[in-house]
Formats: sequence, structure tokens, C-alpha cells
Amino acid sequence: MGQQGLVAEKSINHGDEAHYHGEDHHVMSIPTYLIIFGILVVGTILTWFVAQFDLDEFFIGANTLVALLIAAFKTTCVVLYFMHVRYSGKLVWLCAFGAIIWLLILFAFTMSDYLTRGAVPGTYR
Amino acid sequence: MATRVEAIDTHQEHHHVPGLQHQFDDIEQQKEATTIGMWFFLVQEVMFFGGLFMAYLLYRYKYPMAFAAGSNHLDLWLGFANTLVLIASSLTMALAVWSAQTSKKPKVQAGWIVLTMIFGMVFLGVKAVEYNDKYQHHLIPFSRDFKWEPKGEELVAQQQMIERHASEAEKSLYGREQAFGDKVRMFFWIYFAMTGLHALHMVIGIGIMLWLLWTALKGRYSAEFYGPVEICGLYWHFVDIVWIFLFPLLYLLGRHFIAGGGGH
Repeated sequence: MGQQGLVAEKSINHGDEAHYHGEDHHVMSIPTYLIIFGILVVGTILTWFVAQFDLDEFFIGANTLVALLIAAFKTTCVVLYFMHVRYSGKLVWLCAFGAIIWLLILFAFTMSDYLTRGAVPGTYR
Repeated sequence: MATRVEAIDTHQEHHHVPGLQHQFDDIEQQKEATTIGMWFFLVQEVMFFGGLFMAYLLYRYKYPMAFAAGSNHLDLWLGFANTLVLIASSLTMALAVWSAQTSKKPKVQAGWIVLTMIFGMVFLGVKAVEYNDKYQHHLIPFSRDFKWEPKGEELVAQQQMIERHASEAEKSLYGREQAFGDKVRMFFWIYFAMTGLHALHMVIGIGIMLWLLWTALKGRYSAEFYGPVEICGLYWHFVDIVWIFLFPLLYLLGRHFIAGGGGH
């Protein structure tokens, strides 16, 4: 449904893409967006597929690790292309990385508390 | 700086760039400022959702079997379909931005925005069906009615899963009659909090899209000025990213325990 509209629109406006924009405005092409969309769909199917197998035989949490790696890859695609970060300034990159790092600090410090409770005999569990 | 002024000066209409606020030197500076502002907001949003992901991480670490049992009760196919719907909405949103960037006709821009809204509403509709199912099965955690009483195959699968995969420490936690159900209830608290907050973002997003649609139809956006479309797009894609993590973490976390009856 959406695909037909896409093709029609592309042919009507063919060649319009370089109409106006300074060098800062990188306009991505329709095929780029479609490829990213395809990657996201494949990633979603892969996420489901991998979840059908018990990877915990390798190590505990392997299933979750694989699921998170695929999700991280999908996120990278969305951030770099749909959100145009690939062609954005350094401050935007800093924001994106800052968010990830602060999130990891939140997880790491909180879990370092919970995982070590009661590790010293006689302390609160 | 010098090159930027030059670049603008070669453009004939630089005195009357539509949408340029007076406090900015030029449209480039305005776009950079608004984009950075939106990114600061999104970083705040990451921390906002981050607290819930933290709660999820901790409770799932403590009660993995109860979380797996609760998760296995969710409708995998509705979650899967909704993931695809949201990804499709991200594509149409990206194309809405693209159509503004390339000065497509207002109706073309509006078309992509409407498609994005439709996908967003389909997502919320499916979510409503799922919530209703949880209500029918007495799985609303903040209701007094909450009951975790798996029957038949589901009960067998749950017992087998605990038998095979639970650590001794975790098994001892579930000794008391209602203990397991209480931990499953914790999963549903987190499920409703996370998907509820996400759905709220979708509702707000559709509201924003309505405003964007209105202004796009008035012909406000073109290659010269498309900042608002871009900003709304950043918000929409962020909400998509949250779901990209919610789908495996909520719907798929325990599937491998019950898949294939414990073979390979």
C-alpha cells in the first residue's frame, strides 16, 4: 500500500532532490530509507527466530544478550539514518553517546549495589 | 562562519526566509539550535524510561522464572505485529521529513504524516486489545482481582520450566503458595508501567502529528524551512526505539525455556 505510493511519488518528483540545501543539509535518498526499513524488518524477524532456541546452553543469559545486540543494531540504524545523526554536528553525537553512557552508569551503579548485598558477612541483604 | 554567510548570500530570498525567528542569525543556526534542544529533551527521555528499565533489570534478575512465565503469557504475535507497525510508521515519518526537505507539495507531506498517524493508531488499537485480554484474565496488577492461575498446558509448561531452569535459591523463594503469583504480578506491574508510558508517548505523538498535519497543509514546510517536521520526526523515532527494546525484553524473554519442550 505504502510502497505503491512511494514508487509513484518518486517518479513524479524525479530529480528534485538537489533543489535547495546548503552543504549542511544532507538529504537522504528514498532507497536508503527503504534499505534501513528492510534491515529493521529483518532484525525483528531475527529477534523472534533466535528466541525459539535455548542459547542458555552456552551461558546463562545468552538469549537476552543476542536479543539486546540485535535491538542495539536496529537502534543504531534508526539513530544514524532515520534521525539523521550520521550527517549531524558533533553536539548531536555527544547527546546520543551521553544518553547511552548515563544509562549505563544508572544500570552499573545500581546493580553493583544489589549484586553485592550480603557479600560481607553480617551485612544487610 | 564566513562560509555560512556566503552560502546564504548566494540565495536570493535570504531576507525573507519563512519560519526564521528573529533571535537567530540565519536558518542554519536556528535549525542547529532546535535540533540540539530536541536532543537534550530526548536524553532526558532516555533517563526517564531508563528508571523503568532499571526496575525491569533488577526484578528480572531476582525472579527470572516468574518473569518468564508472565512473559510467555503475553501474545507474541500481537507484539511482533506491533513492532512491524511501529517500524513502518518510522519509515513514513522519515519520508514525511524527506518530503518537506525536498519541497514536495503540502498534500504529499500531509499524506506521509497521515500514514504515520494511521500506523500509530493501529499500534494503539492492538495495545488496547492486549490490555483487554489482560483484564479478562485478571492480570491487571493494581486490581484486587489479580490472579495467576495457569491451567492445563500452561501450568505444565510453567512447572517444567521451574523444575529445569530455576536455581535452588529461586526455587526456595517460591515455596509459599502465592509466592510465585506475587512475582508474576511484579512482572505485570512492570509490563503495564513500561508499555503504558510508551503508549502515552504514542498518544502525545499522534497529537503532535495532528498539529504538524495542520501546519503542513497550510504549506509552511519546504527545503528552506522544515525544522518542526524534523523535530517531530526525532520524537517519533525515539518512541520507536523504546519499543525496539520493549518487544524482546517483555515478549520474548522466556520463550526459549518452553520452545521445543526443552530439547536443543
